[in-house]
Amino acid sequence: MTSMQPSAGEKWNLRLYTAGQSPKSLAALANLKKVCEEHLAGRYSIEVVDLMKNPRLAKDDQIVAIPTLVRKLPEPLRRLVGDLSDTERTLVGLQIRPGK
Amino acid sequence: MKMERPAQAKSLPKAPTGIHGLDEITGGGLPKGRPTLICGGPGCGKTLMAAEFLIRGALEFKEPGAFITFEETGEELAQNVASLGFDLEQLVEDKKIALDYVRVEPAEIEETGEYDLEGLFVRLDLAIDSVGAKRVVLDTIESLFGGFTNQALLRSEIRRLFRWLKDKGVTAVITGERGDGSLTRQGLEEYVSDCVILLDHRVNDQVSTRRLRIVKYRGTTHGTNEYPFLIDADGIAVLPVSSAGLDHEVSNERLSSGVPRLDAMLGGKGYYRGSSVLVSGTAGTGKTSLASHFANESAKRGERVLYLAFEESPAQLMRNMRTIGIDLEPYVKKDVVRIHASRPTLFGLEMHLVQIHKMISQFKPAVVIVDPISNLMDAGTAQEAQAMLLRLVDFLKSKRITALFTHLTHGGNPTEATDVGISSLIDTWLLVRDIELGGERNRGLYVLKSRGMKHSNQIREFLITSEGIQLEDVYVGPEGVLTGSLRAAQEARERAEALALQGEIEAKQRELERLRAALEVRTESRSNAAKRRGADAPQNEKGKATAKAR
Repeated sequence: MTSMQPSAGEKWNLRLYTAGQSPKSLAALANLKKVCEEHLAGRYSIEVVDLMKNPRLAKDDQIVAIPTLVRKLPEPLRRLVGDLSDTERTLVGLQIRPGK
Repeated sequence: MKMERPAQAKSLPKAPTGIHGLDEITGGGLPKGRPTLICGGPGCGKTLMAAEFLIRGALEFKEPGAFITFEETGEELAQNVASLGFDLEQLVEDKKIALDYVRVEPAEIEETGEYDLEGLFVRLDLAIDSVGAKRVVLDTIESLFGGFTNQALLRSEIRRLFRWLKDKGVTAVITGERGDGSLTRQGLEEYVSDCVILLDHRVNDQVSTRRLRIVKYRGTTHGTNEYPFLIDADGIAVLPVSSAGLDHEVSNERLSSGVPRLDAMLGGKGYYRGSSVLVSGTAGTGKTSLASHFANESAKRGERVLYLAFEESPAQLMRNMRTIGIDLEPYVKKDVVRIHASRPTLFGLEMHLVQIHKMISQFKPAVVIVDPISNLMDAGTAQEAQAMLLRLVDFLKSKRITALFTHLTHGGNPTEATDVGISSLIDTWLLVRDIELGGERNRGLYVLKSRGMKHSNQIREFLITSEGIQLEDVYVGPEGVLTGSLRAAQEARERAEALALQGEIEAKQRELERLRAALEVRTESRSNAAKRRGADAPQNEKGKATAKAR
């Protein structure tokens, strides 16, 4: 995994796929907001996609597990599954912090 | 759902697969509304079988399907099934099949906490709803185990998935790769309790054979054997080999062999319809000619003939038979006679059998000729060959097809023993052999056995002429049947004797004639003398008559 600190001007575009208001989905959204506020304050946007309402997107975006977080920007695309309760892995997965 | 047979009305409802032979083995198809596991090693045909189940469901049984593939993209899958003659893209366009490629890329996935596979459920639900699917294929769900690390979660999710599929009421087919010591690598069989089909691809003596076995099928009787199957341009064909037993219907109808004098030897009428005929003999004794006669005769009656040639190409066979006055070509053109030539070593015995089965089902012939069956022995052991022939004969009899097999016996073998010990299966056995006599080899034919008819016990010489096979008259000499020039000599001798006799008779007749003439002359002169003595006419007349009568 390449080490890459988020550079100051970069825009972060994150999309969280959920299925209804499940506890896991709610937890994931809360955890995501926390991480973003801590590390990406002011330069991130979160889009929540409820697959119950837009099932077609599950196919189009190749979603299997719920919740799934997709980092659309910056490139390259990254996928994280789970409720983001493991902050360490979330940061590594989003490449906010270099992996061990 | 229509049941296959009324006897099964009480058993599980079934979803017919439409796969040739599979529905027979399973007694009507896969359990309807339940999951079925198809497992096997790589390249054994799991995906194709699942795909054919789905596509045939959509095409033939008006049951739309959803294909969830984890391994191949939609395009790849479409290409693969195109080789079986199916247009998957068209079916997708027509909303008969929904296709979803679920890509699970382990390198892209970082697990950060609790999750479930709700995304997969959403997609499955969407796919099912988009076409109103009654059938679902998951090929192969084990790929998930490569993508996610939380095995315990995966297992509980798969269990939930199967329950969900059952609740949905869809007939599902799940494929799984065969593992060490278990049917599938991830033990999927423990989730699928209703029907498990195991596919296998084995190579014996460099000949590969695909086989299928139903490991379990809850709540229904099913064939338990291993059944060979074939994948070709028309899809999968499974051969149900369990012979039903000896309960074939019999026919009293007789079919001419195409050689009138041979018919005469066979009780005057020829073979029974639906019987099996074996023509055995050493090389060059005219087996193929006899077979062609029968083919020609049947075609003349307008009955379809399937000629399986394992030695000659169709063109060669037709050319050779033309030289003895049998022209099969017009019949081939009219598709009354179909000649199928293949090398026996092309594939294993079972494959031949599957292929023969398939051709018979499609062509529906009244007569099948296998020329020669002995070549099939090269494709397997004698035991296998016997088993295969038993199945073949059984199958043909059950369809009331008259079968003629030729069998090449090798010099040195006792001619009356076929290497394959199939004599008990054969109803009429003709033996053609060389007869060496007087420094010549000639062809002789006799009926070794012929069930259910009075048949000749004579050894008959026959000639292969430009008008076909001709059976000669029988001349039995002190050393047995006379053949060839000895027969000709005997014929000549008999002709000479007859001539001599004729001469003698004629000589005798001439002698008699002469005597009579002499007598008449004498009587004449006597009566003339009486006239001269002046006796009256009536008296004279009387006297003449008396003299003549004397």
